[in-house]
Amino acid sequence: MANDPSYSEAYQSGIREEMYRDSRIFILGTDLQERGGHFAQVKGIAQEFGGERVRDTPISEAAMVAAGVGAAMYGMRPVVDLNFMDFSLGAMDEIINQAAHIRYMFNGSVPLIIRATSGIAAGGAHHNNSFESFFAHTPGLSVAVPGTPYDVKGLLKTALRADDPVVFMMHKKLTGIRGPIGGPEDLVPFGKARIAREGADATVVSYGYTLVTAAKAAEVLAAEGEQIEIIDLRTLFPMDMDAVINSLKKHGRMVVADEAPLFASITAEIAATASEVAFDSLKGPIVRVGAQRAPLSADPGQVDATIPSVDDMVAAIRKVLSY
Amino acid sequence: MGAREEMQSMLRMMMMIRNFEETADRLALRGKLSGGIHNSSGQEAVAVGVMSALAPDDVIATTHRSHHHTLAKNFSAREVMAELMTKVTGVSKGRGASMHLGDVARGHFGGNGIVAAGMGIGMGAALGIKMAGDKKVSVGFVGDGGMNTGRTWEAINMAAIWKLPLIVVVDNNQYAVETFINRVTAGGDLAKRASGFGLPASTIDGQNVIEVRDAVAAAREYALAGNGPTFINMLTYRYYGHNTGEKGQYRTLEEIEDWRTHRDPIEQFAARLFKEGLLDQATYDEMKVSVEAEIQDAVEFSENSPHPDPSEVMLNIDSGKLRG
Ligand SMILES: Cc1ncc(C[n+]2csc(CCOP(=O)(O)OP(=O)(O)O)c2C)c(N)n1
Ligand SMILES: [Mg+2]
Repeated sequence: MANDPSYSEAYQSGIREEMYRDSRIFILGTDLQERGGHFAQVKGIAQEFGGERVRDTPISEAAMVAAGVGAAMYGMRPVVDLNFMDFSLGAMDEIINQAAHIRYMFNGSVPLIIRATSGIAAGGAHHNNSFESFFAHTPGLSVAVPGTPYDVKGLLKTALRADDPVVFMMHKKLTGIRGPIGGPEDLVPFGKARIAREGADATVVSYGYTLVTAAKAAEVLAAEGEQIEIIDLRTLFPMDMDAVINSLKKHGRMVVADEAPLFASITAEIAATASEVAFDSLKGPIVRVGAQRAPLSADPGQVDATIPSVDDMVAAIRKVLSY
Repeated sequence: MGAREEMQSMLRMMMMIRNFEETADRLALRGKLSGGIHNSSGQEAVAVGVMSALAPDDVIATTHRSHHHTLAKNFSAREVMAELMTKVTGVSKGRGASMHLGDVARGHFGGNGIVAAGMGIGMGAALGIKMAGDKKVSVGFVGDGGMNTGRTWEAINMAAIWKLPLIVVVDNNQYAVETFINRVTAGGDLAKRASGFGLPASTIDGQNVIEVRDAVAAAREYALAGNGPTFINMLTYRYYGHNTGEKGQYRTLEEIEDWRTHRDPIEQFAARLFKEGLLDQATYDEMKVSVEAEIQDAVEFSENSPHPDPSEVMLNIDSGKLRG
């Protein structure tokens, strides 16, 4: 474990191998060359591939994504590194109105990756938005949310060999986690969930850092003899609803959890779809766990009060177990 | 205020900001703040020079690096320090921390986590001022890094076509995180770039508090007379890393040392006041003592203040009027 690569190193490994494989792949973003990105996600890559393929940009988010879109249409394979996902807002037209819609209208593909660090941690309201649902909501975009180093590398490779715009969200609080990674040809497909923990009594469907919260809750309940299954979605679009439904059918008890505000969220999508297609399998209502609909305070105690805790997760699981 | 008192109070404010920042950085390194800070040490003359030319109810809107602007706008060391610790007694009631200092009611339209977004808001405030017919100006602070984002120039263009009472102040410390401005800024001369929008634009020595004050005073007069915005690029330097504890290989220690020893805004100004007979050693020494006491008091006050109540995260998200 201690010698395994970190989440950021998994990204480095994936991007390095792919850049050797395909000379059309290049990265652009702020502070990539010397600093290696704010999360060390491309540390050493510029030293290996040079400044043409790891390009430092001004702080110009709209132009950064526009450069990626146009170059991708022209046949290159750009990775636009937006640093924090929040900064995508300065390029939202380029991402949603342009990148996502070009294939549909213009008979061309946009093999573009928009990588950014996302999720809830310290730093206040401008660096801690949860945009998963509106990217997943947009026709034309795929959304990856790797929860392990293995998936960082494997999903990145899949995205780099595909032909579509991908929003690649890496959680802040997973930056330092360690775990095994695959080799050069170990790709992780999009739209294929992973069973992160097997269990026969109830299921938690989640992704990103909330998987850690769910695992802790599962440990608490394991001590009481309850076996909780945890499903890691890995990508939010395409979404592996089959995996969700199959797990649900085992026992009829399901919690869906993330740390975005509950209102109009990914968890709402999953709960609605699961109750439409598997209503008869349910022993009681699906319970959703998410954040309060509040901008994120910078105060650590208030952060904890805004997003789900292990206790919240345990309470939600207990509720479905009570059916 | 006589000239002597005014000069001395400008000097003391710069000294207070320096002490505040260095104290806050040490606290951050010891884990006593809610996160790291963007230390403004080295950039005091920009903040103090600008505020010295403004009236108390002029508006400012600023960036992620704004402790110095906020303190110079007469927010107390206590309330700024308390905010860095996310205490309820802080400027933003503990919800904002270092990057989000602001109090709309007092004409501080906020620090900002988004590069150059504050300057745009400053432009909007100038529109409000103009439409209300008020005799005020708005200052929009932006960093050199913010010179290359589109929103900056959209805002400047709008200010120019509508002749808004906006003063754009580039707090130009020459680096954006670890990126030297010349590596990413075409054309080189920011004032020339701005002047293409048809407004007065200049580059001045941001280490000279009097030069800063006078340039802003002139821009303010120009705006109040209905002539519109001014762009002032103030050359300055930050002594510490982008964020607490950061070092990096992107600039030499000699470069930092050179700015510190030859262009320090506080030392230069103190020397000038000594020379002009506006300051004596005893007064200077007293200032140091009283600044130290003020900052220590701010730290104590902040440490003794409570954090905001976690149960209150849902309060004041909206006015409630639309909720039926
Ligand atoms: C829209 C946006 N893009 C990127 C960032 C990340 N970021 C924060 S500060 C910073 C550098 C800003 O440099 P500058 O404007 O010169 O201000 P300074 O830090 O020097 O005061 C960057 C890139 C951000 N906060 N917002
Ligand atoms: Mg700068």
